[in-house]
Amino acid sequence: MNDINFLKKIALQVRKDIVEMTYHAGSGHPGGSLSAVEIMVSLYFSVMKVDPKNPDWEDRDRFVLSKGHACPVLYSVLARKGFFSPEDLKTLRKFGSHLQGHPSRLKTPGVEVSAGSLGQGLSVANGIAIGAKMLNKDIRVYCLMGDGEIQEGSVWEAAMTAGHRKLDNLVAIVDYNNLQIDGWVEDVKGLAPLADKWRSFRWHVIGIDGHDFDQILSAFNEAEQTKGCPTVILAETVKGKGISFMENKAEWHGKAPNRQEYIEALEELGFLKGGESID
Amino acid sequence: MIKEISEWSMKPGRDGFGEGLLELGEVQPKVVVMDADLSKSTRTNWFAAKYPERFIDMGIAEQDMLATAGGLSMMGLIPYTATYGTFVTGRAWDQIRTTICYGELNVKIAGAHGGISVGADGATHQALEDVALMRAIPNMTVVVPCDAEECKKATIAASEMYGPFYFRFGREATPVITHENTPFKIGRAETFHDGEDITVIANGPMVAEALKAAYILEPQGISVRVVNMHTVKPLDISVIIKAARETKAIITMEEHSIIGGLGGAVAEFVSQNCPVKMKIIGTKDTFGESGQPDELLEAFGLTSEHLIEEIKNILKK
Ligand SMILES: Cc1ncc(C[n+]2csc(CCOP(=O)(O)OP(=O)(O)O)c2C)c(N)n1
Ligand SMILES: [Mg+2]
Repeated sequence: MNDINFLKKIALQVRKDIVEMTYHAGSGHPGGSLSAVEIMVSLYFSVMKVDPKNPDWEDRDRFVLSKGHACPVLYSVLARKGFFSPEDLKTLRKFGSHLQGHPSRLKTPGVEVSAGSLGQGLSVANGIAIGAKMLNKDIRVYCLMGDGEIQEGSVWEAAMTAGHRKLDNLVAIVDYNNLQIDGWVEDVKGLAPLADKWRSFRWHVIGIDGHDFDQILSAFNEAEQTKGCPTVILAETVKGKGISFMENKAEWHGKAPNRQEYIEALEELGFLKGGESID
Repeated sequence: MIKEISEWSMKPGRDGFGEGLLELGEVQPKVVVMDADLSKSTRTNWFAAKYPERFIDMGIAEQDMLATAGGLSMMGLIPYTATYGTFVTGRAWDQIRTTICYGELNVKIAGAHGGISVGADGATHQALEDVALMRAIPNMTVVVPCDAEECKKATIAASEMYGPFYFRFGREATPVITHENTPFKIGRAETFHDGEDITVIANGPMVAEALKAAYILEPQGISVRVVNMHTVKPLDISVIIKAARETKAIITMEEHSIIGGLGGAVAEFVSQNCPVKMKIIGTKDTFGESGQPDELLEAFGLTSEHLIEEIKNILKK
């Protein structure tokens, strides 16, 4: 039913968008955007009920980007889904643009939560999930966090709340790319054994390859079938995925490609064949 | 407009909050109340007993409570969070700033144990910087009701406006100077006593102290205007302009640090728009300490006696 080739095609376009947006902006966060491409494309093009023509539709599923710095991937997916024109993507981080350096729910159609200070999104997602239960609304809530981000203590306050309140309409996804700004997460402050941590907070845990659409879709499906507790998907990913010189490099966390790097990246993605111009 | 001093009764601000929530429980089904393990002290336990399905004890997790409230508000509910003012404005400031205020979410934040009068618990529990912390954030409304009756009104009024809302009230019984029919509108200051020589702009329980001072000074030939500036943000500037034009000086008085609270807000406006002699009364740049509420208020200069001295001083200059 889910046409994986279709999702792959969109993912390729989204990777191109991310490189292009950050190149035009001259700043931004390509690494943690690229690692989340397959997860985000799965959510918006297969898993979630959303209506780009009616972004405020009451019964839509909700997505919370807790790792707000990865907004290029969110903006691209929203644009490709039809929430706003893909033309806008080039205005990322520019004065007057609705595409802020970190997400603003008041400015961008489809952005649910203003974020950028790490560690807050899971609580917000809990609030939505609790509210949905109180109002008997059959909606599902998804929250994407970084692996470095979950060093924030407030994430574990939220994890405890969701476990205690058995929020089975909630799915957290950890973009487990092993890198944060200062280097390897295991060197800075290690998370292992991460699955055990979530389990001990009363969560159902699913570990997957976060770039494999089959595994991603089946994890979301398993989460939906799981009743009586929230689900966390630990998605093993590669920071900078798809652009080889960015892969697994902490320095590509928050840096834009220069012109040469931009061209190289597009070539690697299979665009610019036959010496096309980028301008 | 207000009660005669002979009719003043004593009641803690927090009881007004508890009563306001009970009333809201009945009329506003969207209201959800949250607490962080202080529900007996903040009086949210009254609401919890009557509306358990709309009460959430978040445990001792203020950051989580505030951001969760943000999520609830996104579903169209009207969450009220309660804990001590110092904990919520300090511990959860970033959640309040980024998630709630930047996101313009409809979250109502109650700060209990406002001021030095918290008493024996001492500095860690006495909110003296909370108003400054909340006032600095865009989109935030900040209200410090003058008594339990007004606290009840503020609690209800908060639900009738959209947007982030911080209000703070005290632990101890303080004079109830207003009655049911005393006007209360967010953003509109009320002149509780007219006067021509000097204006005292106060909020919280300091309004009662200011009134006492005005009544004592009247027979001495000093005419004191007393303004209840319950809303610190947005400030009612018309009342300030009038005071600056019609009286010789403005004194502000609050149970809060002299840095960044009501005094700061009034001074920011006065200095740039209608310069007039000013004195800011509050706790100095210092932490509180343990003691009986009355002895602390006296030691920190938050009494009508101290205010009278300051009024005489400023008029002498
Ligand atoms: C509260 C807070 N502290 C620090 C930062 C600065 N910061 C932005 S991204 C980041 C690293 C995030 O690493 P991770 O969560 O692993 O994200 P990813 O690898 O997916 O990009 C940091 C420290 C922040 N945005 N918020
Ligand atoms: Mg990471």
